[in-house]
Amino acid sequence: MAFNRRKFMIKNASWMLILLLLLIWEIICVGLNVPEYLFPAPSAVWSAGIARWEPIMMHAWQTFFTTLVGFAIAVVVGVVLGVAVGTYPIVYKALYPLLVGFNSIPKVAFVPVLVVWFGIGTVPAILTAFLISFFPVLVNVATGLATLEPELEDVLRSLGASKLDILRKVGLPRALPYFFASLKVAITLAFVGSVISETVASNMGIGYLMMAASSSMDMALVFAGLIVIGVMGVVMYELFAWMEKRFTRWANRGVNAAAV
Amino acid sequence: MAFVKFEEVSLAYEEGGALAIKDISLSVQQNEFIAVVGPSGCGKSTLMKLVSGLSEPTSGYVYIDGRQIGGPQKCIGMAFQASNLLPWRTTLENVMLPLEIVQPYRSQLRRKRKEFETMAMELIERVGLKGWEHKYPWELSGGMQQRASICRALIHKPQLLMLDEPFGALDAFTREELWCMLQDLWQEQPFTVILVTHDLREAVFLADTVYVMSKGPGQILVKRDIAIERPRTLAVTYTEPFAAQVHVLREHIGSIRKS
Repeated sequence: MAFNRRKFMIKNASWMLILLLLLIWEIICVGLNVPEYLFPAPSAVWSAGIARWEPIMMHAWQTFFTTLVGFAIAVVVGVVLGVAVGTYPIVYKALYPLLVGFNSIPKVAFVPVLVVWFGIGTVPAILTAFLISFFPVLVNVATGLATLEPELEDVLRSLGASKLDILRKVGLPRALPYFFASLKVAITLAFVGSVISETVASNMGIGYLMMAASSSMDMALVFAGLIVIGVMGVVMYELFAWMEKRFTRWANRGVNAAAV
Repeated sequence: MAFVKFEEVSLAYEEGGALAIKDISLSVQQNEFIAVVGPSGCGKSTLMKLVSGLSEPTSGYVYIDGRQIGGPQKCIGMAFQASNLLPWRTTLENVMLPLEIVQPYRSQLRRKRKEFETMAMELIERVGLKGWEHKYPWELSGGMQQRASICRALIHKPQLLMLDEPFGALDAFTREELWCMLQDLWQEQPFTVILVTHDLREAVFLADTVYVMSKGPGQILVKRDIAIERPRTLAVTYTEPFAAQVHVLREHIGSIRKS
């Protein structure tokens, strides 16, 4: 009995923590009588969310769409560059310092440039999401390939396998867990990218919605927007976590065994 | 004519660096089973890399079937101390791997997959892994992994099997079991074997000819023919002639270590 309760607690720990935090938040706001234009209580955020459900959903879809498109480009570019960097030492030597330097630049600094080139709206948001999220994919795919055990490579080489054979039969499957791990990081970063761009230069999307709401002191709507972004992030993260488990069971069998 | 032939082969891994092996000359007949023994670091594994074409000699020549080796070979099967099974593949998929690489199987695989699978299953059954063909490597014991690894080395019917201390990491009982399994496979369908080991009993039990190598740089000191009748059983290992052979080899190794 006690054991079952423990299991139940572990399974639902995250929900319980969220409920607890919402409760504390509500108590603080109501108890200290905080004005709604500074820090709205969860109940106020909830009613604002219900009242503006349709516009929120429209902007959320826009953000979701731009994020996914940017993310998809990031995955393709990240995998291609990652394979090149992980397979050819010369590409690694040539490209890596450049990429690290590029990755250190805050992506919000690119948005004005993108606006000049593409105008405000969807395109800069997609590109910002792409720019911010391709790097982890690249690094992980390259690491997965570069850390391939030479013995596994020898098994194939001694059979007369070509470099492409080795990549297909050993390199890529071996790098798959690294790849899926990077997708989880990349998808959350992609949301950051698209929302940043929308706040600065768009008339669509959750980022724009929050910007507009805050300029009219509608803090409840701002918070509703924040929560919507958070929810989308969690859902997409969980989706890729599930895919990771599903497709690379061999690599995290220990973790799975513990979870069962 | 010799199937594998070394002609005064030397190899230094770095240009101008110390020689890993020096002036090795030996020849292996078709379907002969040879073993190379020696203290650790005597360049046994270097020998394997040379035959398989993974390394090139600094001087001298290596021939297989009368042809000089240039690059990785197709007619070779290899097994190492670590089983090196691919963790994302089941036993059967691992055993099938060479058929996806080596010609002519590679281009026939799509058409004859069923046939090849049967072939792999037969071999898997032959080494005692029936019932484990759809398990992943981590679900197998060390001995089972090594059996699967030997299946993978033999599935494409290579003319030459190279074994680099394949039983080194196993317990004594499993090791002796696998000796017998290997001998049976070899007797049923002969192929040439080069076995590198530091287990002298293993070398005497399995090989027709044993070569003893010295170290720093690796050179061949002694060649000994093992004229024990086949098939050899584990009981043979407790007989006087067997012990005498092991003893002689042991003394050679002892003298190398002292010098």
